[in-house]
Amino acid sequence: MKFTNKIPLLLQKMLKSAFLLTVFVIVGIILLLITKHITSPAIKQAHLKTMKIAFNQVLPAKKYDNIPFKDKKIITDMASFKTNLPITIYRARKNNKPVALIIETIAPDGYSGNIKIMIAIKMDNSISGVRVIQHKETPGLGDKIEINKNHWITKFNGLKLNNNLSQWKVKKDGGQFDQFTGATITPRAVVKAIKNTLIYVQKHQKELYD
Amino acid sequence: MIKQRLQDYQQIAKQGLWTNNQAIVALLGLCPLLAVTNNTVNGLSLGLATMAVVIISSVLVSLIRDHVPDDIRIPVFVAIIASAVTIIDLLMDAYLHTLHGILGIFIPLIVTNCAILGRAEAYASKNSIDKSFIDAFFVGTGFALVLILLGASREIIGNGTLFDQMHLLFGEFGKNMTLYMPESFQPALLAILPPGAFIGLGLMVAIKNAMDIKKQNKKINNLNIKITTAPVTNK
Repeated sequence: MKFTNKIPLLLQKMLKSAFLLTVFVIVGIILLLITKHITSPAIKQAHLKTMKIAFNQVLPAKKYDNIPFKDKKIITDMASFKTNLPITIYRARKNNKPVALIIETIAPDGYSGNIKIMIAIKMDNSISGVRVIQHKETPGLGDKIEINKNHWITKFNGLKLNNNLSQWKVKKDGGQFDQFTGATITPRAVVKAIKNTLIYVQKHQKELYD
Repeated sequence: MIKQRLQDYQQIAKQGLWTNNQAIVALLGLCPLLAVTNNTVNGLSLGLATMAVVIISSVLVSLIRDHVPDDIRIPVFVAIIASAVTIIDLLMDAYLHTLHGILGIFIPLIVTNCAILGRAEAYASKNSIDKSFIDAFFVGTGFALVLILLGASREIIGNGTLFDQMHLLFGEFGKNMTLYMPESFQPALLAILPPGAFIGLGLMVAIKNAMDIKKQNKKINNLNIKITTAPVTNK
């Protein structure tokens, strides 16, 4: 008697299907693992390059000699940043001496959700540069916070907190920063996030470099 | 023999590009289509990625079509498509990093593009490899062309530019490709907002249908049918 006769036909069919499906999935997984293995160094490098370009926009590359991307600290502080999302802080140093903090902060109250902002703050607590790195604001109105749409974001360069806290608002709220026609919420959120970050750094500067 | 084959290919090409265009006739894969087409570079990139996936999956499906039992064909097709998409996703992340960041979720979402499973199921699983390849190529091109056209028109009307940010796809070479509308042109913001996508796609479907109807009418007129009424005879 043949072996196959012992198993009912339906079961035979099911086993064959299961076997074939497994084979196809395994082949697929192997292909994916190979691709992942080949591309993962390139992905890491591309990510590093993107970060470097972003860093260069807020802090001139010649000011530091370490790799801030690898010298980072992640904090969450609901009270200071008004968001539970992690805030990443990169430390720029020259000859092992602290130079500036590059902070990837989040403005949680944009017109369409979170606005990701990168701020470099020097040792004297003044701003070296600010860039919006990710947002979903309305194109044509709120997106003037992007550097390639408008120079608005460069107005923060060199500013300090001093004792003029009341000035850290958009003009409509009695502060010093322009809002855009048709978009007040967006710049208001950005100004607030930058102010909060400055306050936080002023309070915690020493420990942030540790 | 060869002539017959070429004729077949021509038929397939016409189907994929026009008569059965997946985007404006079958109306498949609209989610990514509507979401990313706010400029040309996004449309072109997603179009190319979709085209690559449909070609890879169709050829593979056609290759294994005789070895897969009917009951498990759909899961097998999905596994093939998902693998192809993930490979494209990883490659884009590695070599077109910024663009990958912009298109974001819509690259993995190609898996759920019904047009691709549709081609695998309706065509590649029943036809030879060469035909499946030609079919996938033209279906992919037809889909990509709609994405590019929609992206370009929305960019021109809504932003007043054409081919902006092409460097994301072509590197240094693409930096000088941007064309600007004259200064006096007032961009209509609506075009790059979500409603613009629906209006644009709707217009494209309408224009396509209008062209088809016009052609149909011409054909009927050319036939020059003389309608004669038969005399009614009463007995």
